Amino acid sequence: MASHQLNPNIWVDQYADYLFNYAVTRVSDSEIAKDLVQETFFAGLKSAKNYKGEAAERTWLIAILKRKVIDHYRKINSKKGKAEVRMNYSSHSDSEGDWLEEQVADPFSSTNTNFLENEELGLAIQNCISKLPKKQSQVFVMKTIQGIDTEDICNELGINPSNLWVMIHRARTALMDCLNKNWY
Amino acid sequence: MISCEKAQLICDKAQYKEASFLDKIKLHIHLLICKTCAGHSKKNGRLTKLCNKAPLHSLSEGDKKTMKQKLHSDK
Repeated sequence: MASHQLNPNIWVDQYADYLFNYAVTRVSDSEIAKDLVQETFFAGLKSAKNYKGEAAERTWLIAILKRKVIDHYRKINSKKGKAEVRMNYSSHSDSEGDWLEEQVADPFSSTNTNFLENEELGLAIQNCISKLPKKQSQVFVMKTIQGIDTEDICNELGINPSNLWVMIHRARTALMDCLNKNWY
Repeated sequence: MISCEKAQLICDKAQYKEASFLDKIKLHIHLLICKTCAGHSKKNGRLTKLCNKAPLHSLSEGDKKTMKQKLHSDK
């Protein structure tokens, strides 16, 4: 069913943050992540005619970004001329026993699953934010994620504080609803 | 006794640590009496916790602007 359409004019506003989050958790460098997102948009424009409308716009863009992330790792590995996985023998002198056994991930460590879960949570929140009206999401992101002072936001956007708090309140209420449906 | 609107405002401010001590006391007294606000306040706090737990990143408006310009010049 070709019910989806591409609308490149809203890409940056709608998906930039979502894609950026996805990229940052994978390359852990915000500058590189930014470039990858930009490249994704370029690639999306270029191959827009190949878009069949089967997937939602965002899914389609994420698929492109995935390739970009892989390409990025390929590039930095070939630059160094060594695309290899290096495993060092554990340098702890107190380790004893089988080498392989010591390399196995600790099944009781919860950091890995926590990390994955938090990343998904981040994308879920970002998804909900992108559904907010533009002004509300702008204020919410500035306040909550970028942690900018109330006063500075008011100056930048030309609103007064009580205006800001009303928008924050509406944004938060909408986010609670959205996360209730999509996260819990 | 403060109104529910006032309580909501303080509750939102408290999420960003911008509520004064006196305001917070007023809020908590209100929450003892008003079930609706208590529920809302609980959810509000949970949202704050979720936002803190998740690794959230965002691009600044300036970054987005340059992105748009680059995209536009490419078209």
